[in-house]
Amino acid sequence: MSTLHAALAIARKDLRIEWRHKTALLTATLFAILVLLIFVFARDPASVPLAAIAPSVLWVTLALSALVALNRAFLLEREHSALEGILLAPVARQAIFWGKWLANLAFVLTVQAIAFPLWILFFNVTPSLALIAVAGVAVLAAIGFTAVGTLFSAMAVRTRFAELLLPVLLLPFMIPPVFAASEATLRLLAGRPMGELWGWLRLLALYDLAFLVLANLLFPVVVDE
Amino acid sequence: MMTALERAERNIRRGLVIASAGLLGLAGVYLMAWRFTPPERFQGLAQKIFYIHPPAAYASEMAFVFAGIASLLYLLLKDERFDTFAEASAEVGLAFALVLLTTGPIWAKPIWGAWWTWDARLTFSLIEFLLFAGYFALRSAVRDPAERARYAAVVAIMGMLLVPFIHLTVYLFNTTHPQPVVVRTDKPALPLVMLRTFLTSFAVFTVMYIGFVTARYGIGARRIAREMTDAG
Repeated sequence: MSTLHAALAIARKDLRIEWRHKTALLTATLFAILVLLIFVFARDPASVPLAAIAPSVLWVTLALSALVALNRAFLLEREHSALEGILLAPVARQAIFWGKWLANLAFVLTVQAIAFPLWILFFNVTPSLALIAVAGVAVLAAIGFTAVGTLFSAMAVRTRFAELLLPVLLLPFMIPPVFAASEATLRLLAGRPMGELWGWLRLLALYDLAFLVLANLLFPVVVDE
Repeated sequence: MMTALERAERNIRRGLVIASAGLLGLAGVYLMAWRFTPPERFQGLAQKIFYIHPPAAYASEMAFVFAGIASLLYLLLKDERFDTFAEASAEVGLAFALVLLTTGPIWAKPIWGAWWTWDARLTFSLIEFLLFAGYFALRSAVRDPAERARYAAVVAIMGMLLVPFIHLTVYLFNTTHPQPVVVRTDKPALPLVMLRTFLTSFAVFTVMYIGFVTARYGIGARRIAREMTDAG
């Protein structure tokens, strides 16, 4: 079985489990909605217009709900020591990483896809073509930090305080993509020329590439005894 | 032939001697800064922090880089001494980073007018501090020593790749930090007497780093040696 086939099989398995339960997806979505809500109430409506904080709120919400989503990824494996079973399968460790990452990315993007229209609704964002580009930026940002998250959640889940440790480890790694993405979002919503965007998009793409490669290389170190 | 425990004890003693020399040197730097350098024209006495703050930044940066290199060597060679060294260096780095993050605001209040600004280098130091604080949170959450060493090494190596990205990010964000006055393409832009104190401080911080890390390495090695004796 080629690495790609094995990775796809693992991703399919994870997503199928997710789809049957739906609890994790619903909870993560609910969490995203609540974060959006808290921002609306935590500002002074008289002095801070919704439009001013909209890009920041989008990115804080997407980052936090991605964290919640990643936390459950390896918890699935811990129950009944399911990860041990996968490790016994005659497939490359890299294939397991790619599979896990694909499933995590799909899960995070699904939560984002639900949160995104709600953000448009709650923050009175004017619908325009720029929003499609913002969605593209969201995908570009998610690729990199889900790679880091996949690696770290594989470690965190085998420690005490797994739920606490993952955010502490992962959040510093979310700073560059979240910053670049919210800067890009800001410019897209303000209708700035494309020239101002390239730098941010390049930073995101470089981050994705660098961390996909390194996380993939380090993954065997984490799972092998 | 020395036992591991004796070697560890010797490292602790040596480390403490070197660290004491370093601390004595630090007292010397204070004296030089206080008695032998003039107050700076624009910043006045606040500028004195310059003899502590950049050397602390240099020492913490060196400590983190060595921790990263040792982590990489641990994964390649699987020698637990590299892990013990990485832990020691990272912990000393955290201590220097704390000096950095406390002296910064003390200077910033009179000069920038605010204790904390989201200046690029300040933000960078804070994130690096948090990264290595997370490294220790992870270390304390794993019981098995081999597993702890592997996980810690993974985080440190990922951290090394993160550093250039954070650097880029914070500079794109904002900087009001003073520009370099010593390492420049033309000659240093400060009087010789100030430069002498400044460079002495760098040497002193290097000595302190070596002393602290040697002692801390000895403490780590002693813990492992004791666990071995208890288990065996």
